[in-house]
Amino acid sequence: MSGAVQPHRRAKAGTTEAAWVRYTLIGVALVFLFLFLLLPLAAVFTEALRKGFGAYFEALVEPDAWSAIKLTLLATVIAVPLNLVFGVAASWAIAKYEFKGKSFLTTLVDLPFSVSPVVAGLVYVLLFGANGWFGPWLQSHDIKIIFAVPGIVLATVFVTFPFIARELIPLMQAQGNDEEQAAIVLGATGWQTFWHVTLPNIKWGLLYGVILTNARAMGEFGAVSVVSGHIRGQTNTLPLHVEILYNEYQSVAAFAVASLLAILALVTLVIKSVSEWRIERELKAIAELPPERPRDTPAVA
Amino acid sequence: MSAVISAAPPALSTGGARGAKRVLPGFGLTLGYTLFYLSVIVLIPLSALFFKTFTLTWEQFWSAVTGPRVLASYRLTFGASLFAALVNLVFGLLVAWVLVRYKFPGKKIVDALVDLPFALPTAVAGISLTALLAGNGWLGQYLEPMGIKLAFTPAGVVIALIFIGLPFVVRTVQPVLEDAEKELEEAATSLGATRWQIFYKVILPHILPALMTGFAMAFARGIGEYGSVIFIAGNMPMISEITPLIIIGKLEQYDYAGATSVAVVMLLISFALLLVINALQAWQRQRTGTKS
Repeated sequence: MSGAVQPHRRAKAGTTEAAWVRYTLIGVALVFLFLFLLLPLAAVFTEALRKGFGAYFEALVEPDAWSAIKLTLLATVIAVPLNLVFGVAASWAIAKYEFKGKSFLTTLVDLPFSVSPVVAGLVYVLLFGANGWFGPWLQSHDIKIIFAVPGIVLATVFVTFPFIARELIPLMQAQGNDEEQAAIVLGATGWQTFWHVTLPNIKWGLLYGVILTNARAMGEFGAVSVVSGHIRGQTNTLPLHVEILYNEYQSVAAFAVASLLAILALVTLVIKSVSEWRIERELKAIAELPPERPRDTPAVA
Repeated sequence: MSAVISAAPPALSTGGARGAKRVLPGFGLTLGYTLFYLSVIVLIPLSALFFKTFTLTWEQFWSAVTGPRVLASYRLTFGASLFAALVNLVFGLLVAWVLVRYKFPGKKIVDALVDLPFALPTAVAGISLTALLAGNGWLGQYLEPMGIKLAFTPAGVVIALIFIGLPFVVRTVQPVLEDAEKELEEAATSLGATRWQIFYKVILPHILPALMTGFAMAFARGIGEYGSVIFIAGNMPMISEITPLIIIGKLEQYDYAGATSVAVVMLLISFALLLVINALQAWQRQRTGTKS
């Protein structure tokens, strides 16, 4: 290429590859993603609709499917707010202050993420099962936790424990403390500062954390499977219902129920993308402000 | 329970002494609640696992975690997780590279789709991959006549774990690649380096910690994975039975001691991996921190 004549063009060529390399890399990446992501997603819907919309909706309105939907919603409605309060508290403590043992605490918050879901379910069986620590006491008071709804809720809380905190900590660290300190110096209470200064800044990250927790809570399989006991119509969540139908060779019904969860996943991805673009825009707006001038206009145009 | 919580105040007060300039309120409240909730939901239940193990003799524990079926499951679980994480290392880097450096139509949709394995319930992924690769499936019907059998074999386990681990490498490498300074590459080019040399000597060292972090995360996730694997694995003892399934099997036979022993081994491994990941992340911060 006549680089000497077109210096601008040459500089660009220095940090990118030849066209054929670019197209090959893009092609290989897209084929890989097509095979491993798009094809399984498409298979869920085609298998679900294999016998038409009638069979599809029949599988969804069946009483066992309904009770699975209701139980899944119940576990989610309890788990998400609990982990939301924890996530906000933990990220406030970890992102806004320096203290000893902070990185160890962050590791512990991440712990449920790397524990196998089966192990997570097992620990609750050891605590609350018939032979567990609290088993005899629970039995004498006629309280059922394992093979009942409370166990499913506990397992769901455990596996979705870190997601909101994980989402918020880096975001709050990137935003720093300046705005909150200004608010406090100007006389705001801690609660006012959180509500009017911090929350508007983290709302998109918080939204994504909540929606991801929601998706994981509704979709959890391993941990819930250990504590549920698989009682049809009583302790079956949606993913467990999928498993039972699949093992009974009711393929269309299994994929019909699975498609509900796949739709949930797609909605989650859309909300994630939107909130990410928003966060990017807000952080960029903060970065573009001159450092000595406080932010006097809302970051989002 | 009270022991764990009362252990907090000393750590708190040392923190307070250093942060004398602290203006923001709520430190004690938020940290206290964090420690309380963490203890109730995570730490105390997990400690039950260790206490249960202590009621066993060493011989009982050892024979439970080294039975031939259990050993075969370790080989499968670790081998398949390692293989899948390596595939994800290569293709995850490729996908991250393509998403950061190149423009192509539909890029934003592709970018969003990468997170699908995070959002799609594992059981759904499991039955869907099985349906694709079984003898009558979209892909299986072409592969099996060629003698390639993937569903209900250890290869199926690897494929499920590739799906599960895919986002980790992409999402850890992507931001680091975005922040990489183009000036360094321009300097290297003007000094006469080829594109390949620049990748190998300028870009790769910069993203290496992130790459390793993503690899370790995908590996750790693969070891614990259950939902997506059990449908496609076939679950034949000694051949395609993963370690989490061994725990379930022992639990269903009311062998609580055996299940707990294997679970403790898995828990220790995931804890070790978590520490490795943290060290890698600290390395990453150090590397990017000194550069900017």
